[in-house]
Amino acid sequence: MSIFVNSDTRVIVQGMTGRAGTFYTDQALRYGSNYVGGVRPGKGGRRHLDLPLFDTVKEAVSETGANASLVIVPAPFAANAMIEAIEAGVETVVCVTERVPQHDMTRVKDALRQSQTMLIGPNSQGILTPGQCKIGVMPTVEAKPGTIGIASRSASLTSEILAHCSKAGLGQSTTVGVGGDNIHGVGFVECLKRFRDDPETEAVVLIGEIGGREEEDAAAYLKTLSYGKPVVAVVVGRHAPQGRRMGHAGTLSTFGLGTAAEKIEHLRDAGVVIAKNADEVVSAIAATKEPA
Amino acid sequence: MFFSEHLSKELLAKYGVPVPAGRLARSPEEAERRCAEIDAKKYVVKAQIAAGGRGLAGGVKFAATPSVVTDEARAMLGSSLVTAQTGSAGELVSAVSVEEALDLAENYFIAYVLDPATGTPMLLASSEGGVDFEERSKSDPNAVKSILVGEDSAETRTALADFLAGVGITDPEPVEILLSARSAFETNDMTLLEINPFAKTNDGKWVAVDAKISIDGSTLFRHPEFESIAEAQGLSPSEMEAQKNNINLVKMDGSIGVVVNGAGLGLATNDMIFDAGGMPANFMDIRTTATSFDIAKGVSLLLAEPEAKVILLNVHGGGMTSCDTVAEGVSFAYSRSERHLPIVARLAGQNSEWGNRILRERRIPVETFDTMTDAVTRAVELAN
Repeated sequence: MSIFVNSDTRVIVQGMTGRAGTFYTDQALRYGSNYVGGVRPGKGGRRHLDLPLFDTVKEAVSETGANASLVIVPAPFAANAMIEAIEAGVETVVCVTERVPQHDMTRVKDALRQSQTMLIGPNSQGILTPGQCKIGVMPTVEAKPGTIGIASRSASLTSEILAHCSKAGLGQSTTVGVGGDNIHGVGFVECLKRFRDDPETEAVVLIGEIGGREEEDAAAYLKTLSYGKPVVAVVVGRHAPQGRRMGHAGTLSTFGLGTAAEKIEHLRDAGVVIAKNADEVVSAIAATKEPA
Repeated sequence: MFFSEHLSKELLAKYGVPVPAGRLARSPEEAERRCAEIDAKKYVVKAQIAAGGRGLAGGVKFAATPSVVTDEARAMLGSSLVTAQTGSAGELVSAVSVEEALDLAENYFIAYVLDPATGTPMLLASSEGGVDFEERSKSDPNAVKSILVGEDSAETRTALADFLAGVGITDPEPVEILLSARSAFETNDMTLLEINPFAKTNDGKWVAVDAKISIDGSTLFRHPEFESIAEAQGLSPSEMEAQKNNINLVKMDGSIGVVVNGAGLGLATNDMIFDAGGMPANFMDIRTTATSFDIAKGVSLLLAEPEAKVILLNVHGGGMTSCDTVAEGVSFAYSRSERHLPIVARLAGQNSEWGNRILRERRIPVETFDTMTDAVTRAVELAN
C-alpha cells in the first residue's frame, strides 16, 4: 500500500515536450512508472518519448484513462495548467513548477474547492512511492520500498533524510513534497490522515521549516486524536536570519510566520518526537520503537 | 520585492486610497523646496528605508517650519538609520519624504495578505495601530481580527462594514477605501499591503498615513513597470551577480562560506553550523537548473568575500544537479581565482564519488566527509 499513488496510477505530463518535461518524463519511465501520455497544445496526435501527445488534458484523460498528472510548465502558465487538470477530473495533480505567482493560486484554490482533486504543490519535488510510481523531480536512487511515510516542505532535505533512512534499512511507503510555496494544495494534515489509514505505513516523518502554518496545523490535528503511529519531525531554520528587510513582524506573527522554536514546541506538545537535525532522524525513529 | 513608504503611498493613491500630501527629497535644499509644493500648516520628515521601526529610531521627525524641515533632512540624509528591523549596520538614508503632518484622532492597523488556506485576500485589522503596534500585537494576539474579502459586491460591502464596526470603525468611507486598497493589492500582485496607521484626522478624514508594500517577485513578467524598482532593491553587487547565475545568495555576518543545493538543506546546514559554534558568511543555494558555469560564478563570489575563511560545500546530488556538475563548477572557480580557501566537502546522492574525485584530482585544498555533522564540525574548526 501507499498513499496517493501506486503501480496502478496512470500518469500524463503537462509540458512533456519541454527540456525539463522531457528529462523528468524519461527518468520516470526508466524508473518504471506508468506514464501514458503528454499534453502539449498544438502537438496533439504526435508522439514524444514514444508516448501519445494530446492538445488538452480532457482528451488525454478520455483516451488514456489517466488519473494523475505531472504539471511541469513555465510559471506564467502553471495556474491554467493546474486548473485544466482539476476541471478534467484528474484525481492527483502534482505541480513542480517554481515561482508560480501567488495571486494565480486564488483561481487554483477556487477550482479545487469544486472538485475531488488532490493537488500536490506547486513548487513541490513531487510524490514517490518507491518501486511503483514517481511523479516529480526527486532522485530515486536512494529510495527503497518500506514502511516510513514522509511528508516534507523541502526537496533537498527529503533526499538527505530519505538516504539516511534507506541506509538504516528503513524503506518508505510514500514520500510527499507538499511544496515550498505559501499557498499550495495538500498539506501535512492530509498526508498524516492518509498515512494513518495506510496499513503499510508504520511511522511518519515530517520535514518542516520556518514560516507558514503546516507544522502548527499538524500539531493541532495530532492533538485531536490518538494517532496510533509514531511521528518524528525535524524543523529547520532555527538560526535563519530573521526577515529583517521585511520587518512586518506584526502582520506576520499574527499571520503565523512561526519560528522554528515555536513549531518544535507545538509538535512536541502533540506527542511528536523531534530530531534536532537531519542526521538524527533515524535514531529518533528508532527511539519511538523502544518500549516506553 | 519591497516598496519604500513613498512608492507604496504613490501606488495606493492611484487606486483612490487617500494619503497625506508628500514629496520625495534627496538633499536638504530639495526638502525645503518641497515644503512650498505642499499645502500644509506643519510638516513631517520621514527617512525612506526598506525597514520598519523608524518612528522609535529617530527616522520620523515633525517640523513646524520649512527651515526645521531642512535641518531634519540634513541630519537624516547620508546617515545610517539603525532600527529594530535593520540589523546593527543600519540602512543608509538616501531620500526622505516631506509630508503634511496631520492631527490624528484615531489610529488603526490594516493589512491585506493572501490567506494560505483559500488563496483569497485576507484583511487584518486592529484598533491598536501606531508606532509600537508590533510589540503590542505580540503581547495580545487577539488584538488583530481578520476577514476574507471577496470581489466587490453588496454582500462583500455588508460583511466588510460589519467587520470594521467590530474593530471600532463605523464611518462609511473606510469601506470604500479598503475596497480600493483590495483592488490595488490584487491588480499589482502584492503579497503584503500594510497600512499603519490607517487614521482618522481631527477633522474627520480617513488617511493612509504610512504604508508598506511587498510585490510578488515572481510576477515581473506581467509588471514591467516594476522592473526598475526591482533593480534598485538594495541587493549587494554580489547578490545581484548571483541572481543572474541561477544562484540564491544571502549575505550573513560570519566566516564560513556555505554552498548548498536547496533551501531546506541550506537552513539545516545553517542550524548545524550555529549549533557547532560557527557562523555562516552567507547562504548560497544552487538552483535546480544551474549549470556548472553558474556554480563557478557563485563560488567565485564566495572566494572574493574577505570575511570567508573556509568554504563548506554541502550538496545532495539528484535530478538535474549531480555532484560531478557541482565539483566541476567549484574547480573551475578555483582555477580562475588567486585565493584558494580550504574546502570542506560533503557530497551525497547522485555521482558523489565522482564529484569527490574531481575535487581531489584538480588539487583543490579539499577535505571530504560522509555526513553533514562531520563536515560542519570540521568547517567550524577551520573557521575558528
